[in-house]
Amino acid sequence: MQDEWTTVIKPKTGWFDINLKEIWYYRDLIYMFLKRNFTSSYKQTILGPLWFLITPLMTSSMFTVVFGQIAQISTDGVPQFLFYMAGNTAWSYFSTCLTSTSATFTGNAGLFGKVYFPRLVTPITTVIYALLSFFIQLVLMLILMAFFVFVRGEAIRPNIWLLLVPLMVIQMAMLGLGVGIIISSLTTKYRDLSILVGFGVSLWMYATPIVYPMSQVPEFLQGIIKLNPMAPIVNNFRYAFLGSGTPEIGSWLLSMAVTAVFLFFGVILFSRVEKTFMDTV
Amino acid sequence: MSETVIKIDHVTKQYRLGTIGGGTLQGDLQSWWARIRHKEDPNLKIGQKAYKKNEKFLALDDISLEVHKGETLGLIGRNGAGKSTTLKLLSRVTAPTEGNIYIKGKISSMLEVGTGFHPELTGRENIYLNGAILGMKRAEVTKKIDDIIEFSECEQFIDTPVKRYSSGMFVKLAFAVAAHLDSDILIMDEVLAVGDMKFQKKCIDKMLSIAKNSGRTIIYVSHNMNTVRQLCSRCAVMSKGKIIFDGDTEKAIDLYLSSADDELLLYNDYSKTYRPNFLTAKVRMLDLEILNRDSLLVKDGERIDFRIHFRAEEDIDGLCLRMMVHNADQSPIATACATKFASCRKGEIFSKEFSMDVSWLSGGRYKILMAAYETDELGSVFDADAVWPAFIFDREKRSKLDWKSRYYGDFELPELKIIKRG
Repeated sequence: MQDEWTTVIKPKTGWFDINLKEIWYYRDLIYMFLKRNFTSSYKQTILGPLWFLITPLMTSSMFTVVFGQIAQISTDGVPQFLFYMAGNTAWSYFSTCLTSTSATFTGNAGLFGKVYFPRLVTPITTVIYALLSFFIQLVLMLILMAFFVFVRGEAIRPNIWLLLVPLMVIQMAMLGLGVGIIISSLTTKYRDLSILVGFGVSLWMYATPIVYPMSQVPEFLQGIIKLNPMAPIVNNFRYAFLGSGTPEIGSWLLSMAVTAVFLFFGVILFSRVEKTFMDTV
Repeated sequence: MSETVIKIDHVTKQYRLGTIGGGTLQGDLQSWWARIRHKEDPNLKIGQKAYKKNEKFLALDDISLEVHKGETLGLIGRNGAGKSTTLKLLSRVTAPTEGNIYIKGKISSMLEVGTGFHPELTGRENIYLNGAILGMKRAEVTKKIDDIIEFSECEQFIDTPVKRYSSGMFVKLAFAVAAHLDSDILIMDEVLAVGDMKFQKKCIDKMLSIAKNSGRTIIYVSHNMNTVRQLCSRCAVMSKGKIIFDGDTEKAIDLYLSSADDELLLYNDYSKTYRPNFLTAKVRMLDLEILNRDSLLVKDGERIDFRIHFRAEEDIDGLCLRMMVHNADQSPIATACATKFASCRKGEIFSKEFSMDVSWLSGGRYKILMAAYETDELGSVFDADAVWPAFIFDREKRSKLDWKSRYYGDFELPELKIIKRG
């Protein structure tokens, strides 16, 4: 008799009770959430989807003025605007993944409290949805690259590393998701962390070679910076498109391992918290 | 007995009373640091006792319940009895503290109005979204979308963002989606409360046909006894986290209604009773005292005698009194009047004694809505004062048969006489 039950609701579940098959079953829900996010995100705004372009352009311009013109940080001979744009495109994808997934439980408490579906659906949706603005920024960057090459005659050397860009994007998604869901699992009880997120992300950005190239980092700091899992990704991302600096291989492998660890613990923690978070949120 | 589709096996759900943790990491760390040094917790307020292990609240206290295939089970009980907690556990919103729940088949819960609806999306898009949240595939929704739209009665507005919808349309749409779910078990919590009578009836019919024709199981929670009666084949009554009755719907409802904590008072003071503002307030009823008896259990052949104190706020010519008897469902079923029994001058305080015959009422609990009123020459009624409930009484069970108010009504007329022909 016992084995005929389709669902057994138990008080405590093991640490490794993660039902990935169920998430696959709910893939239509991911699709509907994506559609909902897309339809609703720029409703009742004047500029609408143009915002996808305005934000990266403004940020890169600001970086060019502050870090390029005023602070005069070297960009390894690459046009400053492109240099910042490349770093920014990668970073903003990662930071969006992290900040939005970190609010999973607190932001969806209303819905989660009413109906069951695999909670991981929401952070996964977020990560996929963030790809949209990433691709728009990427296209914008390619257009600007073409402009710098053909109109201004700058030397930019996109190279074979471009083939690895999809891997970098996936890794950023995984890392953002992993860290984000760890934070979201902890914020069900401690709201402190949600304050830390915005602050922490901007600090993390400065520990990542976005406004400066790896080559400008003093020798004694290089070792520390390379421990940052985002550092080799951004560095290699920029190298693939612009050919500036040198690709990081060793630290990238380390960063992949770190990503796997974060994601693994994130998913475990998340699925542990999702069962009873309604009682503490 | 058909097969069991839900088995709740000694389930307990425990909540900790008070706030959970300090709310901040710093606070919890401080408390923890103080505890390991056996110092006083710096986060406790003065006079507050340290957190004890037994300061817990059992929302569900060791309940066991089995639901069979094709049943419509009603779950009734007062607020805080644990009905919603049970549903939350069943729909996997939260997990039990102890005990297991076994479910056979797909289970889905109907959402509260508007949950899972996105205001910017159109009705049609929301059907897809809601369906997906409830676990439907897109293809499934596409197959059923015409039925859903037709059922929701929102054809005309289906491509309008739902933020422009009225709350009634919201419910209709939400119900329409849920009613077309393919799940084997459907959970519904008080959802029919909104929507007009016609749509409510439509929903109940739909649910009945779901349960009867497709052999699906429904668990229904409501405070509306009429819908419970119409819908449920079986009913469980919950009280303080326990199931106190499980069985026949009619008996369950009786038990639930009589477990209401009404006070049967021989002396009723109305000085603090709420008065609606449409009254003319020309007279004020001060209190009511039941006379000549020491309990409010009215037996055969007994009348209810009572004395009321009035205070006239204005001059009144021909004051009348109306006693409206309400049954346990709080529907009015009968009225007794006293016409033009007094006239009075402003400021005068006086009392009158009345005697009321309730012998025709069947056994059960009744409440009185009492109104003092005047009439004009045309017979129009002007209520001067009203109190609810004026008093509550029990009529002794008197019939030899098991009286079912739902079918027999609230009156038991005198025994039929056999006409003998020569």
